[in-house]
Formats: sequence, C-alpha cells, structure tokens
Amino acid sequence: MAAPTNPLRDPRDKRLPRIAGPSGIVIFGVTGDLSRKKLMPAIYDLANRGLLPPGFSLVGFARRDWANEDFGQVVHDAVKQYSRTPFSEEVWRHLAEGFRFVQGTFDDDAAFDVLAATLKELDETRGTGGNHAFYFSIPPSSFPVVCKQLARSGLAEHKLDEWRRVVIEKPFGHDLASAQDLNAVVNSVFPPESVFRIDHYLGKETVQNLLALRFANQLFEPIWNAHYVDHVQITMAEDIGIGGRAGYYDGIGAARDVIQNHLIQLLALTAMEEPVSFDPKDLRMEKTKVLSQVQLPKDLLASTARGQYTGGWQGGAKVMGYLEEDGISATSTTETYAAIKVLVDTRRWAGVPFYLRAGKRLGRRVSEIAMVFKRAPHLPFSHTDTEELGANALVIRVQPDEGITIRFGSKVPGPSMEVRDVSMDFSYGQSFTEASPEAYERLILDVLLGEPSLFPQDEEVELSWRILDPIEKAWGRKGSKPDEYAAGTWGPPSADAMMARDGRVWRRP
Amino acid sequence: MIIDLPSTTTSAINKSLVSLREKGGAVTTGRVLTMVIVTDEGASEESIAAANEASFEHPCRVIVIAKGSRRGAPRLDAQIRVGGDAGASEVIVLRLFGELADHGASAMVPLLLPDAPVVAWWPGASPAIPADDPIGKLAQRRITDAASAARPLAAMASRVESYRPGDTDLSWTRLTTWRGLLAALLDQPPHESIQSVTVAGASDSPSTDLMAGWLALRLKVPVKRTKARAGAGMQSVVLHRKSGPLSLNRDESSTATLSAPGQPDRNVALPRRSLRDCIAEELRRLDADEVYEEVLKKGLPKVAAAAKSAKKPTASAFVGRPTDVKEAREAAKAAAAARTVVTATRAKRAAGKPAPRPRARKATS
Repeated sequence: MAAPTNPLRDPRDKRLPRIAGPSGIVIFGVTGDLSRKKLMPAIYDLANRGLLPPGFSLVGFARRDWANEDFGQVVHDAVKQYSRTPFSEEVWRHLAEGFRFVQGTFDDDAAFDVLAATLKELDETRGTGGNHAFYFSIPPSSFPVVCKQLARSGLAEHKLDEWRRVVIEKPFGHDLASAQDLNAVVNSVFPPESVFRIDHYLGKETVQNLLALRFANQLFEPIWNAHYVDHVQITMAEDIGIGGRAGYYDGIGAARDVIQNHLIQLLALTAMEEPVSFDPKDLRMEKTKVLSQVQLPKDLLASTARGQYTGGWQGGAKVMGYLEEDGISATSTTETYAAIKVLVDTRRWAGVPFYLRAGKRLGRRVSEIAMVFKRAPHLPFSHTDTEELGANALVIRVQPDEGITIRFGSKVPGPSMEVRDVSMDFSYGQSFTEASPEAYERLILDVLLGEPSLFPQDEEVELSWRILDPIEKAWGRKGSKPDEYAAGTWGPPSADAMMARDGRVWRRP
Repeated sequence: MIIDLPSTTTSAINKSLVSLREKGGAVTTGRVLTMVIVTDEGASEESIAAANEASFEHPCRVIVIAKGSRRGAPRLDAQIRVGGDAGASEVIVLRLFGELADHGASAMVPLLLPDAPVVAWWPGASPAIPADDPIGKLAQRRITDAASAARPLAAMASRVESYRPGDTDLSWTRLTTWRGLLAALLDQPPHESIQSVTVAGASDSPSTDLMAGWLALRLKVPVKRTKARAGAGMQSVVLHRKSGPLSLNRDESSTATLSAPGQPDRNVALPRRSLRDCIAEELRRLDADEVYEEVLKKGLPKVAAAAKSAKKPTASAFVGRPTDVKEAREAAKAAAAARTVVTATRAKRAAGKPAPRPRARKATS
C-alpha cells in the first residue's frame, strides 16, 4: 500500500519544516554527562526551533531518588548552561510540562512497570500517541537487561500506527563477536529498522557537506581517484586526556573508541562511489560496498603505530601522563594514540593508502580529511624553482573551524621564478551559519522522524570491526607496551617511522 | 568599528573597504550574498539590526540605501560598519540626498560583491512592481513586507499583479511555523479527507489571507476566512473532517493549543516570528518560490471569491460544503414559511445542486 500523501506537503515547498509527529523520548542513564551536556540542550534547541511536536515528553530513568520537579530543575540547569539557542521562558514552560522521572535500577521489575504506566499516562494526557524512543545512554553491558525489561513490560511491543525506537551510543561492541552479540540482543527486542546507532560525526554539517562537495560539483570528482591522489590522511586529534572516563577508556583504547566508528565512517564517505540516490538504502549500499573492499597490509605491525601519552607540558599547562591518571593501572597497555594504514581495493583507489590516526593529548583538537595529491608528472621549472613546493592537498576540516582548504603552489612575487605552497580557504563560519544546528539536534530529530540515513546499520558496524580486529589481535600478540609520546606532541616517533617507510609524512593539522 | 565618509563617492568607499581588509584582516571574500535594504532616512536602524543578526547565518554585505531629502544639491554620505557593529556582515549605509535620492541603483552597483546573488529588501513601502524597480532589477530576490505598508490588504492585493519570479513577502514567511505545524498534523493518521476549513485572523492581516489561500489551494476545499480585531495577526485554523475538527488556536500569550478528536489538547509555544528569523529564512533560499506564487495567483482569488459570494447568499456561495448546504436548506425552510411553496423549492434545488461536486473531487485527490 502506498503511504497516504499529505496534501499540504509539496516538494517545491522547501520552507516547510519537518516537525516530528506526536512522540516522546525516554533516556536511560539520564544523570550522565552526555545526557546533560548534549541530549537535554539538543531537545530544548529543537523545541525552540519549533521542530518538536506539541505535547512532546521527556522521561528520565535513573537510580537517583528524584521527583519530577528535581528532574525538571536538572534539565533546566543543563539547558541554561549548554543550549545553543537563547532561553525562552515560554518554550521552556510547555516543554517542561512533559517531563517525568522514573526512579529505579535496571533489574527492578517494578520500576519498569512504573515506566510503562508513565508512558501510558503521557499517551493519554499529552497525546504522545504511543510513539516512544528509548535512548540508551548507558554502558553496553546493561543493554541486555534493559532490553529484556522493555520486552517484559510490553514497552517494546510493536503496534500498528505506533512506533518504538531504540537509540544506542558507541561503543558498538569491542570486537566483531561482541558487536554481533550486542546486535543480537537489541534485535531480539527491536527490529533492525527501529535501531538507531548514534555516530555524532555523521550529524555534523561538514560531514554531510562531504557528499555535496563530491557529488554536486564537477570540479572535484574527476581528480577523486588513484590517478591523482597519492594518499589520504584522516585524523581525529583531541587535546584533552581521558578526564573522568577512565573506567570506560581503559582496555578500549583509541582504535576502538574512535577509529572503528568515526574514522571508518569518514573513510567510507570519502572513498565510496556515487550512490544512485540519497535514499538511505542506496547510501548504505555504497558505504558497505566500499567497506567490504578495505584491505589491510600484510605486515600489520609495520603499517600501524600505537602510543600512550606521558606527562608533561601541554599548551602552557602541566598535565598527567596516562598511567598517572585516576583509575588507570600503572601497567595499562591501552593505547591513547593509534595510527593505521588501510587500502581500498577498488579500481578508483588501487594503490592509494588511507592513513587513519586518532589520539588524545595531541597538539590541538582537530578532525580532518586530507587528500594529498601526486606531484605534477613534469615540472617545466628548474629544481631550485620548486624546492619549496609541496604536494597539492585538499583538506576537509571537520572540526573545529569547519571548512575546506586547498593547498597549491604559487609564484613568490619577485624577479625570479620561485614556487611556494599557499592555501585557499573556504570557511563555513564565513560563508554560512554560526547558527548551524548541533549534531545531536539533527540526529534526535531524525530518530523522531524515523529517517535512518545518518545512522550506521548492523552491517556497517560489523564490517568496520572486521577491519580493526586483525590489528587489535596483532597488537595483542606483540604484547608489549604502546610507545610513549609526550603530551602536546603529534604522537609517538613510531607513527612517523611508519609513514617514513612509505616515503611520506604526516600533515601537521 | 564605524567609519564615516561624508560627501563621498563609491570609489572612495571601495578603497576604504579594501584598506580595511588589509589592515584589519577583515575577511570579506567569503560573503555569500549582497543584501540591499531600501528605506527612508531614519527608518533604517531596525532593519540593519535584523540584517546583522541574520548575517550570523548568512554572512553578507549589507548595503543600506537611505533616501534623504530631495531638495538641495545631490550628495552621497556613506558609513561603513564592520566587526562588532555589523554582526557577521559588513554594512555600508548610503544616504542619498537631492536628485541622487532617485538614483540609488547607480550608487549601489559598484559595491555589489562579484558573482554573488543580490537580495533587495524594502522593509517599509515598496515599489509598485518590485521587479521593474532599478534596484529590484539587479536583485535575484526581492523581499517586501505587506504588513508594514499603510494599507496591508491593498498592498497584498497589488502583489498578485506585480509578481515576478524571485518576489517574496514577509507576510508569507511569518506563516512558516504555522504551516509546518499544520502539515505535521496531517502527517498523522487517520488520513481522512478534509471537508472544509476555517481560518481566523486579524482583519488587516495579509498573512491570514495567505494562509486561507494556501489551504484552499492545497486541500481543494472551501475555506472560510473570518476576521477578528485588527493587529492580532493569525489566530486559528480549523480543519473539519468527518471524525471531528482538528484545530490550531493561538491565544494572546502566544501559546497555541492543538486539539484533535479523541486526543488530549496539546500546547506549544508559537510566538510571532521575529524579523531576524524571517530574514534568515528568506536568505536560506534564493530561487523563486513557486508555492508562494501559486498561493498569490490561485489561492487568494479562491478565498476572495468565496468571501464575496458569501456576502450575498446565492447558490454559488455554497461551494458544496455539506454544513453550508445544510444551513442553506434550513434557511430555505424558514423562508418557505413566509413565502410561497414554489420559491422555497427553487431555493432548495439551487442550494442542493452543487453538493455532489466535492465528492467527485475527493475521488481524484
């Protein structure tokens, strides 16, 4: 049966915003940092932009002994502190009417019965229409019990004209087997199309712009291949340490924390072929196609590097080394820096290595995709003229200072011919929008609208573990400690050596 | 930073802009459009403030053409604002005096950004045909505001005639949140067909007229436009369906209540949109707005025709809304008591006749 068409919608009417239908969201682990700093402000910002349905409700579930009002106060403080849009008493008042708090632990049957009753009450008084999203802002080890509870209390039941969706955050497992287990647990209760995995990188404007850059322009696609590209560097550097996340981070490490999801997704978007349409299905098909063709070099240890930061001075402040951080064992071998090299076995990318690196306590906070081009095959200049000419590069700056930089050679003014690198810069902040929405706003709205394009599915997650698992295994076999690097530098010397073996160098982002 | 350039020329202004860039590193090359605001001298600050705020979303060069007194010698006074005084834009205020006041376009051309689109905005009175205005001709998009005209409804009526692709009116922009909520309502089941619509708003609100026109056009059902006291803006929309009316009603405190049969009433904040929001939305799209054009050309006449015929109730007034038909029948019955049986039957037949028409339409929609 064809979906009933809405006479008020017209594809030409691009002004018309997409407002979510009657619905509510339940956050498990609502007292956590992510919930306060990202989710609550994002929900308020959506409401302030008029994109949430009238009667929207937010239910918090946690162990704390809070009344609805206490919960409201917590959300209020979080919104005041972190929201992007200005605070409006009016919007707040209507939104706050839909706040509920359910106290309990995950193994407490009674608490989930209360939750079920609360949702029923909301359906009746707020008109949420039985449409609820369950946001798991909790460790994956709690997924099975929460899923079981949702099934037991009848909250996961799928009814006609109503939807139940579940939102989960990384890590999606810690290797292929655990990811499959996790998928099995969640899918036993929710069908795959109701599972939304948040990879907040995919909600970023710059990442979505990557598709526009590649497929809306004639300028870039012709050079987007092995004929012109020498190699690709995808970087996500953080200047912070592990902060209060010791319990989560130790044993996981940079590769599982960042490379497996964010960087491999960026790689897929950079390397994939043009999808036939931007339909979620077509887009996913191209991503899985390219991910299934990612190959690892034979000598894994020679083409990867891992490091661990030591204490020192970073950006004018004295910082602790990883092993000295609270809650980290002095003998931990968890890496805080990881660099890997992969190849994409397609006609387009034959022989072009993709270098992926991620780390904490590096020089500065930056994420970027850099396509480094081959040198011109013939230079009609003398060697001395082009001594200072590097390789051309196209850099997509994901964060901060979102934009695109192109590096190319230009003549230095003067009587002699001397060519030196210059940058041409496109900055989002200058051409558009200081007011662009946060990734979480976009993603939460997409969950409520049931729009799956920006969420990786089981298959993508499993494919990315297939890429990472052999590397983790090789590192585990080696058994030694990660190489040390001083906080505030760009990683261990072994990472530079890894590039040097290929005759290349890391960009300083 | 504000730099005043009294009695100047456009080349001096350009020179000063370039030197500002070199000295302060002010980056002007990334601007995506030029926005020209045409006002009378003195009435420009509010519009500049709105443009500055909107520039955080769309960094632009803002050129304000403020027409001063037409007496005396022609003179051009300019003021350049950058940095904190200009949001994310750079503002060039041109005050035109004497004969020059009628030749604003000549002062503006040298200051347009290369290759970037031009948007013209008349916050107050607008030319009769914006697209034929010398400044309007240079612009890809022309923004007018019927609500700020002396006679809003007459201004809106003139837009129908003067429309050219690229025209838009803020009365239309102000409706976007309302339209979004209504469309979201109809996204939900039951997907019943709508039988008729009532739109209520201030008697002087062009936005309410446009809303009625839009609904008449999209839903292809009779739309009744009821008038409330002036100055209140949009007030309510009721969509009548078989299962009961769906209504969206805004009270004085800018809270809107959404009611649907079998569901609890829901409240949502629906404040009147700020100028900043409207301008930012306008700048998001620079192509012609076909939907607005259709509403102007086809939707408004539909509502006007219905309103006109409603005043003198002839058969054609009742375009087949079943309740109207029922009312007509009752009226006819009452009339029958006073008049002869013959006339009553005639009225009944006349009123009943058009009723099958919407049913035929429903089948095709």
